[in-house]
Amino acid sequence: MSANLPDYEQFCAGFSWDQARRELAGMGNGRLNIAFEALDKHMDTEAADRTAIRFLARDSESPADISYRELNERANRFASVLLNLGVKPGERVFGLSHRIPDLYAAVLGTLKHGCVFTPLFPAFGPDPVRQRVEIGEPAVLVTSERLYRRKVADWVRETPSVRHVLLIDQHDQIPEGTLDATALMDAASGDYPTRAMDPEAPALLHFTSGTTGKPKGAQHVHEAVVTHHMTGRYVLDMRPGDIYWCTADPGWVTGTSYGIIAPLTNGVTMVVDEAEFDAERWYRLIQNQKVAVWYTAPTAIRMLIKLGPEMPRAHDLSSLRFMASAGEPLNPEAVIWGREVLGLPFHDSWWQSETGGIMISNFAALEIRPGSMGKPIPGVEAAVARKTDDGIELIEDADETGELVLKKGWPSMFRGYLHQDEKYRSCFAGDWYLTGDLARRDADGYFWFIGRNDDVIKSSGHLIGPFEVEAVLLSHPAVAEVGVIGVPDQVAGETVKAFVSLKSEYQPDDALRRELMGLARKRLGPAVAPRHIEFRDELPRTRSGKIMRRLLRARELGLPEGDTSTLEGSAE
Amino acid sequence: MNRDELRKAVLEELSSIAPDIDMTTFDDTANLQDAYDLDSMDALNLAEAVHKRLGVNIPDQDYARMRSIAELLDYLTEKL
Repeated sequence: MSANLPDYEQFCAGFSWDQARRELAGMGNGRLNIAFEALDKHMDTEAADRTAIRFLARDSESPADISYRELNERANRFASVLLNLGVKPGERVFGLSHRIPDLYAAVLGTLKHGCVFTPLFPAFGPDPVRQRVEIGEPAVLVTSERLYRRKVADWVRETPSVRHVLLIDQHDQIPEGTLDATALMDAASGDYPTRAMDPEAPALLHFTSGTTGKPKGAQHVHEAVVTHHMTGRYVLDMRPGDIYWCTADPGWVTGTSYGIIAPLTNGVTMVVDEAEFDAERWYRLIQNQKVAVWYTAPTAIRMLIKLGPEMPRAHDLSSLRFMASAGEPLNPEAVIWGREVLGLPFHDSWWQSETGGIMISNFAALEIRPGSMGKPIPGVEAAVARKTDDGIELIEDADETGELVLKKGWPSMFRGYLHQDEKYRSCFAGDWYLTGDLARRDADGYFWFIGRNDDVIKSSGHLIGPFEVEAVLLSHPAVAEVGVIGVPDQVAGETVKAFVSLKSEYQPDDALRRELMGLARKRLGPAVAPRHIEFRDELPRTRSGKIMRRLLRARELGLPEGDTSTLEGSAE
Repeated sequence: MNRDELRKAVLEELSSIAPDIDMTTFDDTANLQDAYDLDSMDALNLAEAVHKRLGVNIPDQDYARMRSIAELLDYLTEKL
């Protein structure tokens, strides 16, 4: 069986985004809706009674199947609830929930109603959740009773934009000020005419972290579905009826683009596992559910490698046809391990919240270069560039390091950072989007990741802004200064480490270290909080007073210190 | 080491990984992920800390099954 894209060069040469648009169903007059492509278009076809979601509840391994028809009806009910509550198209709906079927119905129902959906990671602590709600000003927050009580209840009354808190999932009792969305959905109409949207109408808002300041909300439009559908088909090689498993949580962009949208537009059956990482359960899941296409992340792969080859060898994994990885660079050993132990290599891919979908990837039809992010997808032009006084200059020579840049114009490109126009404009030089990642391109056109050109930390595939972490530690009365960096970790890629200097009246000791760790975990959640805190008498600062994270990192890792001419105390 | 001593040792290690947990109201049977926000990295670190302190090696394929401290204590009691 040959891949959906059997010849990369030939396919790229004949490809246009217009052709990709024609692969969508569309809603007439040039209008479309992501949810229509994901659900409605299947209703008059044999796919309607196919399983859309095969749900594995955490404490059970007998799946509950939800057909495309049933998911469509449930999403219609959610859209009807929004309508009944007076929520207007264009308003934002935020989701903070574990992986349960009604979360998927809520995402798709939101899009059907013409509202904008924002996913939030359920392992965030209350601070990151609140900050994103304050920036994004949703009209509706969809969550569960447990997450509401622990992460939202204390502050939600101070965020006036939030008119309704809707609880999905089972609950013991409905807290005051919230609505039982399950009951509202049960009572609402299962018919809802999905709104035909302008392709440029906002559909999704994904938060991402920068080096300084607040998280940025990258805005995406309904037309992004052109990229989602195309990459699902030609990069991840999805075929109608495939059993497909994306392990990413829908609280992040991967779990939305490739854990909800692309699989549904391509008519596959997606496995949704409520449980967190558990190696044996994962292998059993692939075996028992006969997963054909598996999209996972380097941290998970490295954890599997750590557990050794016996466990996978004790399972029948012969259903697997294509394996891919995203979130951070996949080390070459992991690609090879896949081939030797699982019988298939992992195909690494590269993209960001801002790009909305996969931009560079290893393809089924191409030789894999272990450690490389692969080649640009059809329709995307990628290059390596250096900054010049008046913009950028593309580097033509092979193997030169520069910033990875992408030519503007692919359908899932972000259309703005919410309320931060200037920051958005600064991401572009002429026709090129500046990714902030450093890369090189080899003589055969494969791209290789080198690093970030800023201080952003990538832990378990999640971007963490050092500033967010520093701000919380600085709120402790004992803390004078903080510098937060990423330190290499065999499993997570990087983990967060904080260097703290104390006010003179405080002494560094283990009790204080634990107090600071506890504070950070409570407010930021374990995914963002530092795993290590080290006390220092003072931290390296620039003469303007800024903590030099780059120098902290170089010293911690024994790297060259680079240019220290702006370091406080250095010679003029 | 009896179960109480074992529990004390395990909770000390847990507390240094997740100092945000209030140990005075700790529920041994609660799901560590749901009730105390422990993620898989925390679980791995706890298994390593327990190994170091008690000398009990928890094979990697086993630690994912310790969903609560009570389950972990049952496991350790059997091994010790």
